[in-house]
Amino acid sequence: MLQWLLEPLSFEFMRNAMMVGILSGILCPVVGSYLLVQRMALLGDVMAHSVLPGLAIAFFLKINILIGAFVSGVISALLIAWIRSQTRVKVDAAMALIFSSFFALGVLLITLLRNKLELDGFLFGDILGVSQADVLRTGGITLLVLALVRLFYQELFFYTFDRLGAQAMGLPINAIYVGLMSGVTLTIIASMQTIGVVLVVALLVGPATTAYLLVKELHQMMAVGALLGTIASIMGMYTSYYLNVPSGPCIVLISFAFFMLAVLFSPSQGLLTAKTRSPKPTS
Amino acid sequence: MLLVQCLTVNYRNVSALRDISFKLRAGALVGLIGPNGAGKSTLIKALLGLIPAQSGRVLYGDRPLIQQRRQVAYVPQRSQIDWDYPTTVWNVVMLARSRHHGWGRSPSRQSVQIVGDALGRVGMLDLKDRPIGALSGGQQQRVFLARAIAQEADLLLLDEPLAAVDKKTEALVFQIYDELKAEGKTMLISCHEWGGILNHYDELLLLNQQLIAQGAPQEIMTPENIQLAYGLLPHQKHFHDSVEPLFFC
Ligand SMILES: Nc1ncnc2c1ncn2[C@@H]1O[C@H](COP(=O)(O)OP(=O)(O)OP(=O)(O)O)[C@@H](O)[C@H]1O
Ligand SMILES: [Mg+2]
Repeated sequence: MLQWLLEPLSFEFMRNAMMVGILSGILCPVVGSYLLVQRMALLGDVMAHSVLPGLAIAFFLKINILIGAFVSGVISALLIAWIRSQTRVKVDAAMALIFSSFFALGVLLITLLRNKLELDGFLFGDILGVSQADVLRTGGITLLVLALVRLFYQELFFYTFDRLGAQAMGLPINAIYVGLMSGVTLTIIASMQTIGVVLVVALLVGPATTAYLLVKELHQMMAVGALLGTIASIMGMYTSYYLNVPSGPCIVLISFAFFMLAVLFSPSQGLLTAKTRSPKPTS
Repeated sequence: MLLVQCLTVNYRNVSALRDISFKLRAGALVGLIGPNGAGKSTLIKALLGLIPAQSGRVLYGDRPLIQQRRQVAYVPQRSQIDWDYPTTVWNVVMLARSRHHGWGRSPSRQSVQIVGDALGRVGMLDLKDRPIGALSGGQQQRVFLARAIAQEADLLLLDEPLAAVDKKTEALVFQIYDELKAEGKTMLISCHEWGGILNHYDELLLLNQQLIAQGAPQEIMTPENIQLAYGLLPHQKHFHDSVEPLFFC
């Protein structure tokens, strides 16, 4: 058993991938919690797909692909906010439109610019390619974003709970929105290599949703979510190694399994365990 | 003193408020009444600059109100809040203190004291660790009233704080209003019911897209006014005699 656990770690690429997996397992649920409580889970998906054109352009111009991805992710968030505020179009339609258009643009650019960019790796995650530098980059992003969440926890809580109330009290809500979206984009960039942009939303949303069923406060949701995300990442890595399948889908399905377990067995809200089942309110 | 001059608000092409002008004296308890869709919530939001106004000015003292947001406590209409949000009564009231300590700092001892007191005043201290989703409608309203109290603002703008509230809580809430008034706070409180309860206010603003009347409850609650605000469309009658024009817009 021990041998089974240790063997993959004798490869440097697996050690790197494991580190990146753990870091994004912690980071994604923390940032994802803020999306969930605003009922904006899908925004994570939109942002993830929207980094692609930036990646392609940055790769072509030989600038840091991190910068390209960041800029294009944040632009997509601003576009959605702009469409929402300037037109009658509802947010789900705006998201669907931006998401598919940015993704399409990304795929076109990668083809047109004849990038040697490995599209598949970005889409679904490729642990073989995780280098020491990637570990450092992901570590840096994780530290930065977690520090900012710690620093602005109260402001972000206020903004996501009662945006108008926050604005009425004079909090800079536009800056908070841009800051939050920057955090989401950085998180996606950090997780791109192990889970891929197509599936990263699962790690943003899955463990935090599971935690939502287990605890009653936002910060607990983040903590429990981070724990579940880490476990899912580690288990996903091993599965990927031994079954020789992409790591992204493994992580996603394991985190979904956790969710189903919580739905059935959550002490307070589980379908099979809650003592008194209160009917779901229909508001 | 709150001074509103010629405030006009449109939602895209729909006119919501037209040329609203009024004055509230400091320390007054003022009811903002009008039927559903009259623009009560819109007026409160426009005062705070939460939605853009096409024209008009809102002065508090001698400066624009939006430059003095720390002096204003706002309680949103209950339907505007997501009650499934994973948080507790205590945390919601603590939001009132957001601007009183630096980023990333935990609340000062003073803030903890103030939040505790505010919850005590509305009779919710026992429930401070409850998730907000597990409260009754009246309890939810009291949590937000506590948040407004804990902000220690001079001007309180409350949007339908008495919706979904029973008689006992209603009496408690009016008692709290009187205490706040004694502390010199100015309060503008919207409500859409018409009845004896309105006699609790010092003054009423009767609104239906335009300001139909302002005055003491006995002056306002006339059959003609109820017709104007709740029955007929306001522009079918001339009602200038009931509002002294403060400004010509
Ligand atoms: N976001 C919005 N976009 C477009 N129209 C709006 C918006 N919000 C309100 N309105 C319209 O403005 C008018 C005033 O609405 P408002 O919510 O201010 O009324 P209210 O007096 O608060 O009503 P209620 O008693 O139902 O709370 C209504 O006709 C409403 O349809
Ligand atoms: Mg309203």
